[in-house]
Formats: sequence, structure tokens, C-alpha cells
Amino acid sequence: MTDAALEADAGFNRQQDWASEANARRLKKRYAANRRLQIYGLTAIALAIGLLGTLISSLVIEGYKAFYQSKATLEIRLDPALIDPSNLADANYRRIFNTAIEQYFPEVTSPTEKRQLSDIFSNESRYALRDYVVANPGQIGQTVKLKVSLSDPFDQLEKGVIPRYVEALTDAEKARFEFLANRGLIEGRGADAALKVNLFIDPQKVNAADIPSGQFRDIIGDGLRSIVRNSDFVERSFDIIRGDATEVLKAHLIANPGSIGQIIENFKLPLSQHYGTLASGQTPMVFNGRFASEKQFEWLDRLKSQNMVSYPFASELFVNATSRFPELAGLAGAIAGSFYALMVCFLISFPLGIAAAVYLEEFAPKNRWTDLIEVNINNLAAVPSVVFGLLGLAVFLNTFGLPRSVPLVGGMVLALITLPTIIITTRAALKAVPPSIREAALGVGASKHQVVMHHVLPLAMPGIMTGVIIGLAHALGETAPLLLIGMNAFIPSIENIGLLEPATALPTQIYAWADSPERGFVARTSAAILVLLGFLVVMNGIAIFLRQRFERKW
Amino acid sequence: MLVYVLAAILSLTLASYFIGSRRSLQTVAGQASQLHSRPGYYGVFVAAWVGIPALLLVLIWLMFQGAVIDTLLLVSLPAEKTANLSEAQIDLIISEIKQVSRGNVFGQPDQAVLDAAQRYKSWQGIASWSMLAVALALCIFGLVITRSRIAPQFRARQGVEAVLNAFMIACSVIAVLTTVGIIVSLLVEALRFFSMVSPLEFFFGLRWEPQIALRADQSLGDGAFGAIPVFLGTLEIALFAMLVAIPIGLFTAIYLTEYAHPKFRAVVKPIIEILAGIPTVVYGFFAILVVAPAFRNFMANIGVDAAPNSAFVAGAVMGIMIIPFISSLSDDAITAVPRSLRDGSYALGATQAETITSVLLPAALPGIMGGILLAVSRAIGETMIVVMAAGIIATLTINPFEPVTTVTVQIVTLLIGDTEFDSPKTLAAFALGLVLFFATLILNVIALRIVQKYRERYD
Repeated sequence: MTDAALEADAGFNRQQDWASEANARRLKKRYAANRRLQIYGLTAIALAIGLLGTLISSLVIEGYKAFYQSKATLEIRLDPALIDPSNLADANYRRIFNTAIEQYFPEVTSPTEKRQLSDIFSNESRYALRDYVVANPGQIGQTVKLKVSLSDPFDQLEKGVIPRYVEALTDAEKARFEFLANRGLIEGRGADAALKVNLFIDPQKVNAADIPSGQFRDIIGDGLRSIVRNSDFVERSFDIIRGDATEVLKAHLIANPGSIGQIIENFKLPLSQHYGTLASGQTPMVFNGRFASEKQFEWLDRLKSQNMVSYPFASELFVNATSRFPELAGLAGAIAGSFYALMVCFLISFPLGIAAAVYLEEFAPKNRWTDLIEVNINNLAAVPSVVFGLLGLAVFLNTFGLPRSVPLVGGMVLALITLPTIIITTRAALKAVPPSIREAALGVGASKHQVVMHHVLPLAMPGIMTGVIIGLAHALGETAPLLLIGMNAFIPSIENIGLLEPATALPTQIYAWADSPERGFVARTSAAILVLLGFLVVMNGIAIFLRQRFERKW
Repeated sequence: MLVYVLAAILSLTLASYFIGSRRSLQTVAGQASQLHSRPGYYGVFVAAWVGIPALLLVLIWLMFQGAVIDTLLLVSLPAEKTANLSEAQIDLIISEIKQVSRGNVFGQPDQAVLDAAQRYKSWQGIASWSMLAVALALCIFGLVITRSRIAPQFRARQGVEAVLNAFMIACSVIAVLTTVGIIVSLLVEALRFFSMVSPLEFFFGLRWEPQIALRADQSLGDGAFGAIPVFLGTLEIALFAMLVAIPIGLFTAIYLTEYAHPKFRAVVKPIIEILAGIPTVVYGFFAILVVAPAFRNFMANIGVDAAPNSAFVAGAVMGIMIIPFISSLSDDAITAVPRSLRDGSYALGATQAETITSVLLPAALPGIMGGILLAVSRAIGETMIVVMAAGIIATLTINPFEPVTTVTVQIVTLLIGDTEFDSPKTLAAFALGLVLFFATLILNVIALRIVQKYRERYD
């Protein structure tokens, strides 16, 4: 060791007392900083996973309600007088159905009430009945048991989504009442509750000779104004007192004409019903305005008490096409549309992607053109999918004149979107095959093409398939490009399904349902998302299985 | 009809494979070893020359059949029926004729239309029959020519490989064609838009009210296509997305690379990556179902009135989606820092945190920046979250509690439903698409450059 170094070492030792308190403090601080960073990291991970958990659990909590359906089992007599056996599809099923439900409620006679009664059941019950009769013509003349869905508001009521009663008063209204109560102006409870106001009986407003024609409302208004000088508050306070409060004042004045021109202190104005309830310390509830009448609840309760309402699995969700009525809306059309579009996407992008990747990886000479192609593919992978939608709209629909909304065009656009991903993953899989395989094959006299086709490609296949499936899973979730080429058509039947028939796809169906105002569509949308996520999980599961089962480590 | 044509071509192709390989064996009296290539190659060679030209012909035929028949229809219509009509009105007549020919008759079409429908039907029949005839002729021509060339010395394998090469090159070129298609279609439509609305106004105007231009009597160019509020809204939402995604993603990456036990990392990393695999329409629904109401309630409790489709909610939910991008790209960048730098720092007595903040992060910064730029490009191109959770009306504001709109929202709202390609409303979407395409392209190119340069530094 040189002298200089020794000196420096000595100086270092002199200055730095490792056992000093300052040093211990500094060390503690440094360790605290280390722990802090660790805590930030863990918090970030917890946040990310927590957000994922919130996302999934909120979908499950909303979505499970769409997997069962409130249904009523009704006995329906298939009146032969109303059904023409030669024209089964065209009988008056609405009348047969209504007669059937009215037999349970003999007291319902007026047309309004009859309509309200049939509103409990899904609008399409009569079609369900028609389909049943068409399928079982032998049952005509007999009484059959049929399960029909309840209409959306009542289904949601049974699922506890919409409450039967809602609070009668808004927060602002309660606050106004609270304000008066805090000043000790509210007395009594329930029907006896009253608002105490000092009223000046202005002789200009009440003529002693003709008391009944007095302007009692103005007098009460003046009295309220003496409490608060806010004319809006005063106007709204008239809701707090009962509508006939003016009558009470009139009766009082007729009985005591002497008080005209004087101030009546603490005159008790009776409270209206909801505020009376509030004065008793209870929350006033009213019947939910979403439903037509309270009678409908009684009817529904009666059906339930006779064990006629059940909650079976909602097969409609998978069997039906979409519908304006949430209780009938299903995913069959969307799943078929997505299936066709993905088929087209696979048939185009699989061969094209593999061919392009094999060429670029195995055959292409290194020159400016192949470089250009490579850069191009990397950039295409990052182009927003909505731009591919614009391309599809301008080229496939506008220039080539292909029809709108059809799975063929949807699949073509999706193929263009997945192509770069497939090319990139295929190249990675080809690269992973060791050169010794190629050299061995070349050594026994195979041509370059034979090496690739007979050895490299089969060995890379599991990796390629993994990439393709993951690419297809992405394509299944793509929404925006499908919206632009119109694959969000409203197709309420599953009779016409095909490559060239207007259709909708799973993600666009989700978008359409999320936009629908009916309450039942919230659960339907969540359920549709769960179905979509289910498909994605299955596809990714297959990809992971392929990777683990067949991919070789060299 | 098309199905029969395709089936005919395919079965002929299959048959010609057997014809070819049988023929090759015949030429050497069954002695396969005397052939230049294995018999299968002769079969494939013949089949390729039978099937591929015919399939290409059918494809091209289908591309142009519609346009040709439309033109013929138009010419065949009585002159007084098409005189002085705009392109859109002519399109309407053509589609009426097609509807009538399919049997969907609404009201009382004129005799001219009925006649044309009749002609349309017969021409379609003629077209598809002649397509079948031409395709089959081509198949047989190919079969005869190639079959006659089969000889023991004929180099069938090379022939097949040449066809295969051509196919592979064509497939590679499709990727380029896609880019060219995007640029050309966006440019063409955007130029048509700019011939109606001045580019100055589009890029610098402060009012975006495209719906106004729906009415034909409306004068355009009164400021309704100024895209500044749209661009500003896009940047604002992307900013909020980054505010959520960068801290969470970066800290996640730091923890997972430097602190976490390998087993913990093996479990947590895939879970976080699930976030990137969830379709964006799901995030959009999550935003309107959960996040927006919760945020609104929270803000109401502290006395701020937030709109249900506020910019912050849309941005934050987009941020959740972007977390895995930032975390995995930062993860790669931090892992790529050479071991020696890390060891050197530890050898000097630095704690883990000090190593991370003063050695690893500066060294990984280019990679992390590249990842962030890629995430920004992802954020401004993201569509469904903002379509569902952000506003439609373009307001010039940077208030996070107000709704703003984005480029992608405008593209979707302008193009949803039926679109006519001659209204500035539709074309505006293509102008926006062009801006979006180039913005994301530039961001991607810069990001990839940064990442590559940085990689070279340590290699």
C-alpha cells in the first residue's frame, strides 16, 4: 500500500466513527427509505390486484342475477274455440293467455286493471305460448302448465334490484323540515303533527264581513316569511303543511272573528302525511313510481303465496337473440356472430401469418425491402384498432362494396388486426427452433423448403398455435372496429345466421346493452361480460396448456 | 352459386393432384426413384397451377362484378330518370332496384325500376354462370398444360417451391399493403374533407360541432370543425391515465424485480397482466357501473360537483388498463441493466433502495421512457373506454370533473349508424383518424428507437 493510500485510509478512519449516534441515525434513515420503497411497491401491487378484484367482483355481483329468471307457472286452458288447428301460428294467444291469468284474479274486471295484471308478465309470453302450441298441437282443448317470465320491473323487484318502496322525501326536503324542527316549530307526531307559526291576520286580506273569501294562503305565507326570508323556501314549505291548512285557518277565524287584525301566536298548521311520519321519527316511504299500481304487488304476492313463482336458470340468456325486453334478451345471436367473425379471422390470418413469418424468418434475403416489411409489421402491431375499423369501412365497404354489418367483413378486419401479432409470435417460435435441427436436415440432403416444412414448422407449431390463440382471444374482445363496420346491428332473431347476414358480436352486444336504459340490462350486460371473459379464459387456458404440454425447451 | 364455384375448383384441384402424381409414375413405369422429384411434388405442381389461377380469377371477378353490373344498370336506365341527379340519389335508385330484385317491394316502384330489377336479376345470373365457366376453363387449361410437361427430368420440386415462395412473399406484402391501405384510405378521405373544410380551421379551430353540418342548408366552415377541443380532451384523458398507470406500474415493476421472492413474482406478474387481457369494452362498462358513481359520490361528499362522465374517471379507468404495459416494460428495462452495475452499487454499501434510485432507474430510464411513450400511444388510441365513459360534446376545458371528448370517441360517434361518404361529418372522422394514426406512429417509432438504442448500449 502506498503512503498516500495509507494516509487516506487513516483520514477516513479518523473522520468516520462507525459507532457514533449520528451514524446510527443515518443508517436508520437509510433503512427506513429502503422499507418505504418496499411499501410503495407492495401498495402498488395491492392496488393493481385490488382494482382487478373490484372489476371482477362487481361484474359477478351484478351479473349473477341475469343467470336466473323469475317465472310464474300458470295453468292455461288451450281453448279449441280460439285455436284454428290448420293455422296454429296465428291464433289469438294474447286472449288465451289473458284469460288464463285472469282466472287467478276473478276480482279484476276493469280494462285498466286487466292491462296492469298482464303487465306483470313478460310481453312475449303469448309467443312462448304460441311456440308451445305449435310444438304440441295435441294439447289443444286441454289445460297445460306453462312457465312464463315476469316482466323486467317485476323480475328486478324479485331480485331485489328495484325496491318496492322508496323514500318519499328528498334530502333537500328533509333538510328543510329539519330546519323548522330545530327551531322547535314542529309539535306532535303522525296525524296530529303541526307546524307552529305566528300569523298576523291582516284585515286587508280577510274581511270580517265575509271571512270565507279571505286570502288565507297569503296569510300563512306571510307567517312563514317571518321564519325565513327566502321566498323559495316559503313556497316549498307549503308542501310541509297539509293542503287543507287554509281550511283550518278559515274555520278558526269563523269561530274567532275577533282575531282579525291581530297576531295569532303559535297557530298550529297540520302537517302533510309524509312530514307527519317524519315528525314521528320514521322515514316516510312511498310506493316506487316505476310500477303502475300497488295492486300489482298484491297480485304478485298472491302468485308467490300459491308457490307459482320460481327462479329457474335463465336459459334465455344463451338461447335467445337480443331483444328490447331484458328478460328475453340473449346472447345466441352475438355468440354466433363472434364465432363466424373469428372463423373468418382464423382462416385468413393463420395461413397468411405463418407464411409471412416463415418467409421473413427463414427465406427472406437481408435487404432494404425485407427491413421495410419488418419495421412495418412492428408498427402495425401498435396501430390503434379503431384505425383498422376506418380501413375496413373505407376499403371493404366503400370501395369493394361488401355489405355492412356482416361477419365476413368483421372477420377480415379482425384478421388484419391480428396478423401482425401472429407474424411476430410465429417468428419468435421459429427462432426458438435450434439451428442444429436445420443443419441436420440439410446434411441429409433436404432442400431448404423441406427443412422448413418437414422439421422446423412442425417443431414450432405449439408455439405458433399459442400465439394464434392469444391473437384470436384479443380479436374476440375487439369492439371499436366492429362498431365502425356496423356489426352492432339489432337482430332479434337467430334464424338468419351466416357469413353474409347482418349480425352482432359479443363485445358489440355488450356495448349495445350497456347503452340500454332498462334496469334489467345492467345485469344482462354484466352476465354477457362474464360469458365473454369465460371464453377468453378458456382460450387463454388452451394456449397455456399447449405451451406447457408441447413446447420444448432445447 | 359462389359455393358451387369454389367447390368445383377445389374438387378439380384435388383431382389434379392425383392426376399429376399418377402421371409422373406412369412416365417412369412405376419406378419412383427415376423421377427427379417425389411423385407428390408433381401432383402438387399440377394442383397449384389448376387451383391458384382459378381462385385468383374468382376473387378478382367478385371484386369487380358488383361495380360492373351497377354501371351497366345505370346506363340501361332511361336517360330522363338519371338526369340531374346527385351521386347519392343515383345510389338510392340502384339500391331500390336491388331491393326490388330481392322481392322486398315497398310501395309502387316505377315500371323503369321494375324492368331494371328484372335485368339486374338476369345479369347476375349471367355473371355467375360465366364466372363458373371461365373458372373451369382456366382449371382445365392449367391441367392440360402442366400435365403435358410432366417428364422424369422435370424439376417439379423446384416448381412447387417457386409457387410456395411466391405465396409467402405475397403474404408478407399483405402486411405492407395493410399499411398502404390505411394511409391511402385515410389520406384520400381526409383530403376530400380538407377540400370542404380548411385545414387551418381543423387544426386550430376552437369549436367542434360536427352535428351541425348535418343539415344541407347549413353553411359549413363556421367553426364547427375546429378540432382543438378534441385534441385537448384526448391529451387530458391520456394524462390522467398516465397519472394512474405510471406510479402503480413503476412501483410494481421495482418491487417485482428487486424485492419480491421469485415465487411471489411468478404468481403476481401474470395476475397483473390479466389487466391487459380484459377487453376494453369491459373497462368501459366498469367505469359507468362502478367508478363513475363512486367518484361522483366521493366528490359530492367533499362538496365538488363532478359530471357522471368526467374526464378524470375515463382517464383513471384507462390508467388501470395501462398498468401492465408500464409494469412489464419497466420490468424488462430494469432486468436488462447489467448485473455488474447492481453488484458495484452493493459493493459500495448502498442499500437496495439506493441502488434502485441512483443506479438501476437512471440506467433503465431510456427503456422506461420508451415504455411510457408506448403506453401514451396506447392511451390516445384507446376507444371503447372513452366511448362509454367520456363525453361526446367537445368542450374546451381542462377541468377534470367536466366531460371532455377524444379523437376516438368522435371517430366512433361520427361513423356509427349509416354513413354517407360525401358529408363532411363522415369525412371528418377520417381526418381525425389520420391525425391519430400519425400521432401513434410517431410515438411508436420514437419509443422503439429509444428502446433499441438503449439496448445497444449494454450489449
